Amino acid sequence: MAIQELDVTRDRCPITFVKTRIALDKLLPGDVLRVRVSGDGPARNIPRSAAELGFAVRPVIPAGDDTYIIEIER
Amino acid sequence: MEFTGEDIIRYSRNILLPEVGARGQEKIREGKVLVVGAGGIGSPVILYLAAAGVGRLGIIDGDKVELSNLQRQVVHFTGDVGRSKTASAAVKARALNPGVEVVEIDERLSAGNAAGIISGYDFVVEGSDNFETKYLVNDACAAAGKAFCTGGLSRFEGQAMTRVPGAACYRCLFPEEGAGAETCAMAGVLGAVAGITGTILAAEALKYLSGAGELLTNSLLSFDARTMHFRRLEVRRRPGCASCGDESIKPR
Repeated sequence: MAIQELDVTRDRCPITFVKTRIALDKLLPGDVLRVRVSGDGPARNIPRSAAELGFAVRPVIPAGDDTYIIEIER
Repeated sequence: MEFTGEDIIRYSRNILLPEVGARGQEKIREGKVLVVGAGGIGSPVILYLAAAGVGRLGIIDGDKVELSNLQRQVVHFTGDVGRSKTASAAVKARALNPGVEVVEIDERLSAGNAAGIISGYDFVVEGSDNFETKYLVNDACAAAGKAFCTGGLSRFEGQAMTRVPGAACYRCLFPEEGAGAETCAMAGVLGAVAGITGTILAAEALKYLSGAGELLTNSLLSFDARTMHFRRLEVRRRPGCASCGDESIKPR
């Protein structure tokens, strides 16, 4: 069980989710992906899109400066 | 109905079709088609209409080619990134068939320019990526009494319909603007799905010009490439439709 980190704060839609998807596809069962995003758009969208793919998504954590941490479990 | 020796050979496979023949090919040659959007749907439309020898091929798009377009917008090549889409598409269309008059309109179709631009064409193929343009083409064609076809994409799914004056229009089917892509993940689309959809529209345009076959009117063709199921839904004209309920209504 590992925690993978991903920062997409400098990316724009849909590349934010393209990078998230690439990272999700590398996760092993039990792994967690911590995605740092900028703005409430991706903070709403990424959890929703990850959940649609069947991943468990933890409550989004505000991290200041309009950034958020999204933890996604496989 | 004069064809050069080269024309006879170039268009031989069209002329051999019982429903087309020399007369149908002549109608294609006299036909003027406007392609709205030189993107995933517009790419095969532009290529097939140029290949078939339409008289005038108008291409309207205000965008530039981006790297992320190339996965599905097959009329544009890697070296075209940064060029205007109309210029990029026009180069390919002219190279494919120098006999076609290719008109580049490097701007976005708008309520202000739609009627004027559309007036120069017999048929419109709408392959944009936004509802605003789809309604605009629908309304402008209804107002001008012009036939058009339109296509849409979503992930593995494509849709196509054709409208001629008197038939059900896009607003009869979709009175209200649908929800756009709600998440970035919804921007995903299989390139070949754009190709299938555009190729269906190209066939509709060529059928309209040549008079061959039956058009996809009063119906919506939709397919899902995951299963390759195609289905055709009947669409009825909606009384009181804001666009075609009164054919003289102005585009909005």
